[in-house]
Amino acid sequence: MNTSKTFIYDGSFNGFLTAVFSGFEQKVNQADIQRNGQTQKGLFAETETVFTNVALAKRVWTGIQKKSNSAVKNIYFAFLSEKKGIEPLLYHYIQKLMGSNQKKSHDFSDDVILRINQLAHKVGREKHRMEAFVRFQLTKDEVYFANIEPDFDVLPLISKHFRNRYADQQWIIYDLKRKYGLYYNLEGVELISLDLKEGYGNSIHKNSAFTNEEYEYQDLWNNYFKSTNIKSRINKKLHMQHVPKRYWKYLSEKKVS
Amino acid sequence: MNFERIKEKLNILADAAKYDVSCSSSGSNRTNKNKGLGDSTGIGICHSYTEDGRCVSLLKILLTNHCIFDCAYCVTRKSNDVKRAAFKIKEVVDLTINFYRRNYIEGLFLSSGIFKSPDYTMERLVAVAKKLREEENFNGYIHLKSIPGASDELMYEAGLYADRLSVNIEIPTISGLKLLAPDKKHEDFLKPMLKVKNEIVRYQSEKKIIRSTPKYAPAGQSTQMIVGATGESDKDIMYSATHFYKNYNMKRVYYSGYVPVADDKRLPAIGTQVPMLRENRLYQTDWLLRFYGFAVNEILNDEHPNLDIEVDPKLSWALRNLNHFPVDINRADKRLLARIPGVGMKSVHKILNGRKFRKLNWEHLKKMGVALNRAKFFMLCDSPHWERRDLDADRIKGIILQTSVGKFRSSYSSQLSLFN
Repeated sequence: MNTSKTFIYDGSFNGFLTAVFSGFEQKVNQADIQRNGQTQKGLFAETETVFTNVALAKRVWTGIQKKSNSAVKNIYFAFLSEKKGIEPLLYHYIQKLMGSNQKKSHDFSDDVILRINQLAHKVGREKHRMEAFVRFQLTKDEVYFANIEPDFDVLPLISKHFRNRYADQQWIIYDLKRKYGLYYNLEGVELISLDLKEGYGNSIHKNSAFTNEEYEYQDLWNNYFKSTNIKSRINKKLHMQHVPKRYWKYLSEKKVS
Repeated sequence: MNFERIKEKLNILADAAKYDVSCSSSGSNRTNKNKGLGDSTGIGICHSYTEDGRCVSLLKILLTNHCIFDCAYCVTRKSNDVKRAAFKIKEVVDLTINFYRRNYIEGLFLSSGIFKSPDYTMERLVAVAKKLREEENFNGYIHLKSIPGASDELMYEAGLYADRLSVNIEIPTISGLKLLAPDKKHEDFLKPMLKVKNEIVRYQSEKKIIRSTPKYAPAGQSTQMIVGATGESDKDIMYSATHFYKNYNMKRVYYSGYVPVADDKRLPAIGTQVPMLRENRLYQTDWLLRFYGFAVNEILNDEHPNLDIEVDPKLSWALRNLNHFPVDINRADKRLLARIPGVGMKSVHKILNGRKFRKLNWEHLKKMGVALNRAKFFMLCDSPHWERRDLDADRIKGIILQTSVGKFRSSYSSQLSLFN
């Protein structure tokens, strides 16, 4: 029986689940699962490169699902956090889940369970923020375009929300940090990558890619934002807490004119 | 569209609408249909926050700030010398749609000054909502104001298009209303509220039998009370809130610290500080009543007609009822856990689940997010270390105040600061 081993996977979620499968199959106690390209080899640990296998990934997925639905969500969300060392932690989490007959995913007195839970919450919060802070700008070819730089890889999580909501308009949400985006073409959502030199933020300079009307509406929104503020209740600290500064550059209401 | 003119109107009519604090966009069940625009299922979203820290979820505007009434507390009162404006129905619809498409808002919150008559005004509000739903296939959130004195027929129609309806009671006591809004009658507020309540009850029971029953205000109704305008006590406010929760099935009662908008002998002078801390304590109490299983008379009664400003209402209750404590974290039922100061409902959930696996100690509780600086005086856990001193309520309160920092502390501390 192997006690510890390093697995290298391609960075995809299915790849990760395939690695988990290999770990379980070989009864590896401590699996250090690492993303290809970011590997750090241990001095003595044995290394195996895992080839993504959707069928095996699915087996792991349904196995976890049978144990707990909330665990399924927690694992996926925590995985998207891209935190360093998240994979071995998740492996440990899945081990605990599989080794218990009780509702282990709810054992908030267990350090690993609690940490994954809290991490999933953090990613959930970022997802929610993106649903709030995406600001579409209408381009001349009638696509509503937004770019974002989320802390975590939340695009896969927000796709459904925007699909349900903006079913009658074409839109793009582009993650500048991870260099890919979602494009809704009135039928379905596809993944795209664009050659963008820089993002389209809330600069006061007009860009010829967008319609004139677009800037009028941004101006109206900016005005509305100011008018709805109650000066005698000013609380900048609370404002900053809710709308952290790192999101400002894409918010038209924070445009400085 | 004449953007300059719209901008001017928007500034006036958003400015006038901002004293309505409700901005929730949650609780509805309207899904996107026929590949139209918008969806209002699920939790609400705050798309931004103003510099005063309040959520911006809806485009909150008045249709007009022309008003035939002269309520002393209101910025759009007849006698106030302010710029007046009015939106056309189409303008409101266009603004809503264009803001929504850019993901600025969850929907529309439309209120209005009362021009000509209550029914005339209500009709216009309903017309906006109807146009959004039927012509624009808009499924976003719509919150309409019920105009006091509007007819039952109009209130029925309003609920067919709106997700939420609300009528602001504003002044918690009848005597206060007589003083500040002499032309308004208490009954005028209650009539549309009662009609909406009855329609919601009917909709919810019919929906169970016939699934296609047309939606009626699926996100319920709410109201708002102004705090600190008429010298009312916290007890007056919370008892009246409880009355509305119970008898009118309110989804929410909002408390709005009075922002002085008039030079009027009957009201606090302009420049008086907005009672934000008091407002905060009232919301905390509201939560205790709705989610923590407290009864209003436990927190506020003749002996204690006002909330303690220094500490939160749960801690204040606990200090008056030390005989209920300490509570054993590893044994007590949910109801008792929820009463420990510093333990919120999320922690209760974690405690109940976590203790099935092992006995919980301080370390576990800390990681779960329990505020131990308050909780430790009121609980036992799996540890030999607990508060052994026989402390009375004043001592506990003193220690907690000394060892914690409150965001509002500076506003009530009487102690002079040494370096300033």
